[in-house]
Amino acid sequence: METSENQIAFKEETLKEVGRITAQFPEGMQKSALLRVLHLAQAEFGWLSVPVMDYVARLLHVNPVEVYEVATFYSMYDTQPVGKVKLEVCRTGPCMIEGAEHIVKYIEDKLGIKDGETTADGIFTLKTVECLGACGYAPMLQAGEKFHEHLTEAKVDELIEKYKANPVANYMGM
Amino acid sequence: MARKLLLENAHIEGIHTYDVYRKNGGYRSVEKTLKTMSPEDVVEEVKKSGLRGRGGAGFPTGMKWSFIAKPDGVPRHLLCNADESEPGTFKDRYLMEKIPHLLIEGMIVSSFALGANHSYIYIRGEYMYVLHILEKAIAEAYANGWLGKNIMGSGFDLDLSVSPGAGAYICGEETALIESLEGKRGNPRMKPPFPAVKGLWQRPTVVNNVETIAAVVPIVNEGGDAYAQIGIGRSTGTKLISAGGNINKPGVYEIEMNISVEEFIYSDTYCGGIKNGKKLKACVPGGSSVPILPHYLVCKTAAGQDRLMTYESLADGGFAAGSMLGSGGFIVYDEDQCIVRNTWNFTRFYHHESCGQCSPCREGTGWMEKVLHRLEYGHGKMEDIDLLWDIQRKIEGNTICPLGDAAAWPVAAAIRHFREEFEWHVKEPKACMERNYGLVAEKIFEPATA
Ligand SMILES: Cc1cc2nc3c(=O)[nH]c(=O)nc-3n(C[C@H](O)[C@H](O)[C@H](O)COP(=O)(O)O)c2cc1C
Ligand code: SF4
Ligand code: FES
Repeated sequence: METSENQIAFKEETLKEVGRITAQFPEGMQKSALLRVLHLAQAEFGWLSVPVMDYVARLLHVNPVEVYEVATFYSMYDTQPVGKVKLEVCRTGPCMIEGAEHIVKYIEDKLGIKDGETTADGIFTLKTVECLGACGYAPMLQAGEKFHEHLTEAKVDELIEKYKANPVANYMGM
Repeated sequence: MARKLLLENAHIEGIHTYDVYRKNGGYRSVEKTLKTMSPEDVVEEVKKSGLRGRGGAGFPTGMKWSFIAKPDGVPRHLLCNADESEPGTFKDRYLMEKIPHLLIEGMIVSSFALGANHSYIYIRGEYMYVLHILEKAIAEAYANGWLGKNIMGSGFDLDLSVSPGAGAYICGEETALIESLEGKRGNPRMKPPFPAVKGLWQRPTVVNNVETIAAVVPIVNEGGDAYAQIGIGRSTGTKLISAGGNINKPGVYEIEMNISVEEFIYSDTYCGGIKNGKKLKACVPGGSSVPILPHYLVCKTAAGQDRLMTYESLADGGFAAGSMLGSGGFIVYDEDQCIVRNTWNFTRFYHHESCGQCSPCREGTGWMEKVLHRLEYGHGKMEDIDLLWDIQRKIEGNTICPLGDAAAWPVAAAIRHFREEFEWHVKEPKACMERNYGLVAEKIFEPATA
């Protein structure tokens, strides 16, 4: 994705939201808003490119390196381009014993991609993730903010059709 | 029917909205606190209740609160730990989603007790939709005068905000949580100083789990003594258990801490028994970090007594023959599950989640993951089992934060109780790769092809 620095700016309403969030912290502690603002940035710009991170740094008056540090530490941030819909399948113990490995394999075969890859049409990225706090409703995946639980092959088929028709499932963040 | 203190009203239509919550007795504890109690009174009731932290370690909450430093002119903070990332645990999500005002009510009373005027709920980033539910409920609480300036004319001010993480188990550790809330990487801090002295922005801070804070509501309403009547010994009150794995009725249950493990697993009120009529092979009763129990130690202790769903009884036998209540993430394994594979899976988790600051944790978890991988995939040697034992022992106790221990314990317990199964992976790699195990008669496992 080509984005020159001055093209990057949040929408008016997102800027308002940034203002609301930073006001939740005492004067001088605006850096505390960073994680949430990065969620907003990812929702709006698709992924966290260097120019996007630099923009966030300017907004919060911190050094760019402080943003890079955070963006690379947390698993929810994408510092590389991803598909419009990220299918994040839980692979941890309780989900594994209820069939998560089979669901991952099923999605891989269906979409013709491996864990971590994006479909050629740019719609889906498949990512295995660690426990999402839905262990009793396993196997499960998250797409955007939505939890899809008690997965079966039929449910996966349905989900993929649905997102193909309307590929919006990124973090709303707000 | 068991008494419920937290989830009693969770089934009521619309209970997530302010009006319905209030009509069902919501915010009574705030009225009682602000009209009739001093902060010290609240701390005293919590002490009397015997409430212990529900986040995993079980530290007495009243005592923790009384440790908070009170230097003049320095603001104090209460942080709610809603990071909930311990595999097997999904109770806090349930509580916040179903009955968000209960947490808010608990936050108000607890903040008053601690003298905090701005409190935060730190919630894992993957629960973003729950964050929206909480923010909506918080807005309702402000609109109805339960938050903001001079609440109910008491002179007490409180702001409450929610802040998300972004995918990192380590941010559940309280000092990593603080770092993360300051907008940094989630690297745990060296202690001392403890958060009670220097926490968020170097100010005195208390970190408590969602369920702990919610429990303060019934404690204030009914009194600490009444709360302490429920349960056995030092396990007072009710506990949320999130039950998963190979059971008929997975879900979140509120139990009085006096029922037996057997009742919890087999009664229809709770888990409803093992799925598909299979046999119980093992159980991890308190989240992935606690020692796994083989079937013969799940319902009975080593001394042959009934094991109960309490802090003490689950720990009975120490690490040799017991486990821990932990976070209440109760995972049940049937006879078909492979212990080596499960241990490898958990170790991969800890390796993935290690923040990387200490070499025993960073390197040790990676090394254990590799060894377990080769055992599981048929390339293991007998010496690998002792090697694993050795690595986990060298991690335990040698790290900045307890994630190192949390990674070591499951490996130690798996080898201690299922050594034969590890050996079988070396002796019969092909049969094991086909992953056909059965708990036959008294044996822990037996490959179906043998
Ligand atoms: C690696 C690690 C992860 C933790 N994760 C959580 C968590 O997700 N939620 C939680 O409440 N406590 C978690 N804890 C425990 C917290 O550090 C802290 O003890 C707890 O929030 C205190 O609250 P409590 O006294 O109310 O239990 C974790 C601890 C460690 C070492
Ligand atoms: S024990 Fe592990 S997670 Fe904890 S501080 Fe050390 S490296 Fe980080
Ligand atoms: S193990 Fe998959 S949600 Fe917990």
